[in-house]
Amino acid sequence: MSSSTPFQTNSKVVKWIEARLPIISTVDGALVSYPAPRNLNYWWNFGSLAGFMLVAQIVTGIVLVMHYTPHVTLAFSSVEHIMRDVNYGWLLRYAHANGASMFFVVVYIHIMRGLYYGSYKAPRELLWWLGIVIFVLMMATGFMGYVLPWGQMSFWGATVITNLFGALPLVGPDIVTWLWGGFSVDNATLNRFFSLHYLLPFVICAVVFLHLWALHTTKSSNPLGIEIKGPQDTVPFHPYYTAKDAFGLCVFLMVFAFFVFFSPNYLGHPDNYIEANPLVTPPHIVPEWYFLPFYAILRAVPDKLGGVIAMGGAILILFFMPYLDFSKVRSAKFRPIYKQAFWLFLIDAVILGVVGAKPAEGDWILIGRIASIYYFAHFLIIVPLISWYEKPLPVPDSIAKAVLGDGAKA
Amino acid sequence: MRALKIGAAALLGLGLGTGIAVASEGGHIEAQEWSFAGAFGTFDRASLQRGYQVYKEVCASCHSMKYLAYRNLQDIGFSEAEVKALAAQYEVAQIDDAGDEEMVPAKPSDHFHSPFPNDNAAKAANGGALPPDLSLLAKAREGGPDYIYSVLVGYHEAPAGFTVPEGKYYNAAFPGNVIGMPKPISDDQVTYADETPATVHQMAHDVSTFLMWAAEPKMEERKRAGVKVMGFLAILTIFSFLTYRKVRKAVHGH
Repeated sequence: MSSSTPFQTNSKVVKWIEARLPIISTVDGALVSYPAPRNLNYWWNFGSLAGFMLVAQIVTGIVLVMHYTPHVTLAFSSVEHIMRDVNYGWLLRYAHANGASMFFVVVYIHIMRGLYYGSYKAPRELLWWLGIVIFVLMMATGFMGYVLPWGQMSFWGATVITNLFGALPLVGPDIVTWLWGGFSVDNATLNRFFSLHYLLPFVICAVVFLHLWALHTTKSSNPLGIEIKGPQDTVPFHPYYTAKDAFGLCVFLMVFAFFVFFSPNYLGHPDNYIEANPLVTPPHIVPEWYFLPFYAILRAVPDKLGGVIAMGGAILILFFMPYLDFSKVRSAKFRPIYKQAFWLFLIDAVILGVVGAKPAEGDWILIGRIASIYYFAHFLIIVPLISWYEKPLPVPDSIAKAVLGDGAKA
Repeated sequence: MRALKIGAAALLGLGLGTGIAVASEGGHIEAQEWSFAGAFGTFDRASLQRGYQVYKEVCASCHSMKYLAYRNLQDIGFSEAEVKALAAQYEVAQIDDAGDEEMVPAKPSDHFHSPFPNDNAAKAANGGALPPDLSLLAKAREGGPDYIYSVLVGYHEAPAGFTVPEGKYYNAAFPGNVIGMPKPISDDQVTYADETPATVHQMAHDVSTFLMWAAEPKMEERKRAGVKVMGFLAILTIFSFLTYRKVRKAVHGH
């Protein structure tokens, strides 16, 4: 019972379908008999939670679109119409707005798990890269979604972020005009953001499909960071991880529900309950919390183009992780120095988030700059040096031995 | 930060001329006890109705509430007949069969009557400052109802050395401490039907409660649903954990 058996059937109907389109065996192979390492811990729950959030955002989003009007004169009041007159409209909107935050929480934990356990290392580089592509698409989707209610932060956030493209040499200003569809953030901008906000989640779905395809080819990594050596190292995904994911989902839903039902505006900004007004600039323009670390890096560089490059680089540098970290050992569990560097990096990311929320003045500027430099130093200097000098602890022979003791047949 | 400045600088220049305060730092906000606080909180119906009276008799002379309809008042305890009568006190324009505009009494489905036909008229009548629409104010300000209460009771003598510009007023809670709105309420400004003494504090409390309801009319429904959802999820979590534990037992050491 502890090993995975391939898909078998006696049903003539299923055999008929399978001979023409092996969809049932494919789904079975991905979600039922998929051989998962027997030692996955709770940090491995966040992949399926991210998948759940993607579906939840698409479902709530599609219904919201049925009641929303993408026009600068009507967008804000159509959101109020959803909140006041649409049956359970408040639930849909709060679930969607807080859902975006929950999606990012889950994905950030998923990425951090990958960094801690070395999930980006061969043979999972493509799996890791596809994950970063999903993350970038999520950021674009989240940013454009925040513009749609057409509040003050929507408008001014859109103005600040689109203006970043103006920093590009020569073509910058033309690109900004092209993005706006005019000479300022206006109706044309709102309409194209609406269109793209609806499109991108389906692009994300496609990349998620590739992400899972790559995952099921290389199989899941695990807390020990050693490869599966045989059936004794695995359990079938169903029922072991379906049951574990279901439990994790229930706990997660309680956190999600707490925000939706009891603190729905905690993660938002009060200014977004003021309709967009191109003539009044809010005192502090801040992006949604999940962009704050990158916003802090953007502002840390005292040059517009430099800031944009640093912000883009902060994301793109993740792509190089499989090569910057060339230690033979995957999991931080057996890497005493890398483990400490990981936690310092996590603290640094949190500091950047705090700095991003503060006005760029006084000590915050210095703290932001030091934290930004450390961010890049972690990837470009600390991680490669640790890979070179660190003496990893001995790694177990097999998952089964580590989990079940030496009595297990290895 | 430079990017931000470049992006906004031109428009910021325009923004300064509009009369809406570009807030610097927040003022002093006093936290109040609210009937609607907490997971089980509900709006005090009597306070809501008193608050509506304050809005109608005081605030509504300058502030619109365009996202509310008269029919919404049934949610705070007015009867259908009362709402009809309240709405009929106002007139709305409609196009008659001959294509001419005519004024007819407002119906419960009409939105609250706005004191000014447009923002420019509102600014012109208020020394260049636009009185904000109050529909969402309780969610559109840091501190929410505490902030609204604090502004309403925050009119004091300016401290020594603090100069208040001509036509403006000192307010302890308003960001920057200089506000365009004259002190709106004084003791006994309204006469409450339920004979509650109409002190400044009482009226500020009632109208803040009313504005919180106006900004978040589904709050009670949301919290009631939330308690049920949390209860359901708690039970589901227990059962899903027991299921997982049973499944897990079959795999040793897992």
